[in-house]
Amino acid sequence: MASSLAFEGVTKRYDTTEALAGIDLTVEPGSFIALVGASGSGKSTLLKTINRLVDPTEGRVLLDGEDVTTRDPTEMRRRMGYVFQGIGLFPHLTVGENIAMGPRLVGEKLTGERIAELLELVDLQPDMASRLPAELSGGQQQRVGVARALAGDPKLLLMDEPFGALDPVTRDALGTRVRDLHARLDLTTIMVTHDMAEALILAERVLVMDRGRIVADETPQALASGKGGDIAQALVEIPRHQAQRMKELEA
Amino acid sequence: MSAVWTALLGLGDVLAQHVILSACAIGLGTAVALPLAVWASRSQAVSRGALGFASLVQTIPALALLALFFPILLSLRAVFGPDLPTLGFLPALLALALYALLPILRNAVTAQTNLDPGVLQAADAVGMSFWQRLRIVEAPLAAPYIMAGIRTAAVWTIGAATLSTTIGQPSLGDPIFAGLQTQNWTLVLAGCIASAGLAIVADALLGLIESGFRHRDRRRWLGGAIAVAVGVAAAFASQVDWSRDDGRETIVIGTKQFSEQLILGRLVGDRLREAGYNVEYLEGLGSAVVAQAVANGSIDLYFDYTGTIWANQMKRTDNPGRNAMYNAIVKWEREKQGTRVLGKLGFENAYAFAMREDRAKELGITTIADLARAAPRLVAGGDPEWFERPEWFAVRDVYGLKFARQRNFSPTFMYDALRSDEADVITAYTSDGRISADRLRVLEDPREALPSYDTLIILSPERANDEKLIAALRPLLGSINVENMREANFSVDRTDGEKKTPAEAARALAKASGQE
Repeated sequence: MASSLAFEGVTKRYDTTEALAGIDLTVEPGSFIALVGASGSGKSTLLKTINRLVDPTEGRVLLDGEDVTTRDPTEMRRRMGYVFQGIGLFPHLTVGENIAMGPRLVGEKLTGERIAELLELVDLQPDMASRLPAELSGGQQQRVGVARALAGDPKLLLMDEPFGALDPVTRDALGTRVRDLHARLDLTTIMVTHDMAEALILAERVLVMDRGRIVADETPQALASGKGGDIAQALVEIPRHQAQRMKELEA
Repeated sequence: MSAVWTALLGLGDVLAQHVILSACAIGLGTAVALPLAVWASRSQAVSRGALGFASLVQTIPALALLALFFPILLSLRAVFGPDLPTLGFLPALLALALYALLPILRNAVTAQTNLDPGVLQAADAVGMSFWQRLRIVEAPLAAPYIMAGIRTAAVWTIGAATLSTTIGQPSLGDPIFAGLQTQNWTLVLAGCIASAGLAIVADALLGLIESGFRHRDRRRWLGGAIAVAVGVAAAFASQVDWSRDDGRETIVIGTKQFSEQLILGRLVGDRLREAGYNVEYLEGLGSAVVAQAVANGSIDLYFDYTGTIWANQMKRTDNPGRNAMYNAIVKWEREKQGTRVLGKLGFENAYAFAMREDRAKELGITTIADLARAAPRLVAGGDPEWFERPEWFAVRDVYGLKFARQRNFSPTFMYDALRSDEADVITAYTSDGRISADRLRVLEDPREALPSYDTLIILSPERANDEKLIAALRPLLGSINVENMREANFSVDRTDGEKKTPAEAARALAKASGQE
């Protein structure tokens, strides 16, 4: 069963600025949600309140109905996948050791077979397990990052600009692969991105954030048909304009 | 070169002590630096404070830092009791460990601040606890940098450990300091070669470990680590006293840094060994340190001079005459220090004016009063402190001395200056062997303006009433005349083939003084 999430009046203040201004939100199990917004809109901070890399100043975050601040963060994190732009592979460990890290922390040892299976899930050759991260391309490294996130059989996958540093071809391929895995592994997935096109193509629900608030909460279809307000439509305008230019070129 | 080789072979024992001291200091420094670095990586204030302190320590000259631990430990006796050692291994260990702190700490902190933040975030995100993150991610990634810091610390420590000789801890500084004092350059060279060689070997082995960490080559770092461990273990093993306790009492003799003191130490040591004691030497102690050391029992006995105690420790500037001064010192030592002045050895090592025999004859000078008449045409030479000392002001005022020129020379060059007519008269030391070797005339002091410098044996408070020890030492009192002492000093100070070690000179002196 995929995880459910609820945010109740979640607020985060740093000295003078308010990164999150009272977020209320419910996430159904099995949904694929994109958080979109400009830099500093609060989308990454909101994501990090889930795995407690950030704790809210006010309000609570409920994971499967339970307040996350009442749980041991290390134990909880082992049960969710987290992929982020910096990738953060451990440079002194092999690809295989990187992937097996989550289970290792709770005393489980992943078999070579399971590591090969995880590598195949993200379209990598099983013999990559013995390589060091530095020997891999950026796209391959991020695939390993995804495989590592999936190693602990999570029910919740958190992704913070996961494909930001990849070339367009790799980016598209890996995005599609993650969408497949989301369905196949029965995950609840939350992806932070600044790219509206990516959000529209991959997610089934798109949240637009601005200055710590959610200003739009729509399906991709609704956004494409002009709903969601000015801020959301300004973001949608970019891929729409690009598509139009493409069409004009074809004609 | 073969002389250096022979000297090197004789350094096994101090080499082992040097290795043990350095290894312990680096170990202690590392043990303190690493937790501090972890703490510093979590707190800016700690980072700034710790690095600031370590840098400050580094600005203190190593020699001063070593010396400072003597009074520090002395004051800590109030807390830890009177058995806390104030000389030797403990202060040397603490000072060197403090010195080793900076490079290790700085490299560890730098390594931590340079860790990729993405990697640290990933460590948290996969659910590592504080200790797991430290052990699995931070430690292995920082290891090569930390090892580089330990390597730097090792080279510094091995070099600075030679200075621990001055606070009574045997090290490769022993041959260097002894050689400097007795102008035995073979010994100095051997000490330097051994200490530099040790530093090079340690640097190479630790470098091997560092590169093993960097290239994740287990064979390389393990090999280096084993070689280091074997070396240190061998040093420890060589220092274990396999012989059973022979029930003999041990007497620790402290000496200052010049030849005469080294010779007297050996002379008394031989005597005590014959009387059934074990003897240990703490040689080359600083003048102030040695006086404190006997008062607190770190050493059992040492040699000092009446004029030195009078001016330096009692801070007196008057001159009541030889006997009155001696009696006042005996009383002062007993009442203020708890120590016992056992008696005079028989000779003086005083300041005295000396001239070349031919020059003195030519000018008709036999006393300081004669000198005063000729002084306006003469150049006087003294050691660097002489013309600032109360003795000079006293003798100047009593005789009305006024020289054409006053020049400062280091003690060794003072005699050369006389020979090469750079100076007409110098303030020599009366027991110096070069007085007779250079056929110098020591000018008489009819008005007793210069204080006396009778050589004394001084016992620590615990030994003050040790009748067996006193019985063994008493035959030495009054037995050494200044001619014999000069000859012994000269035999150690000379630089030709007749040069003797202090131990050899001590045996010759005992014979000449009728002790054998």
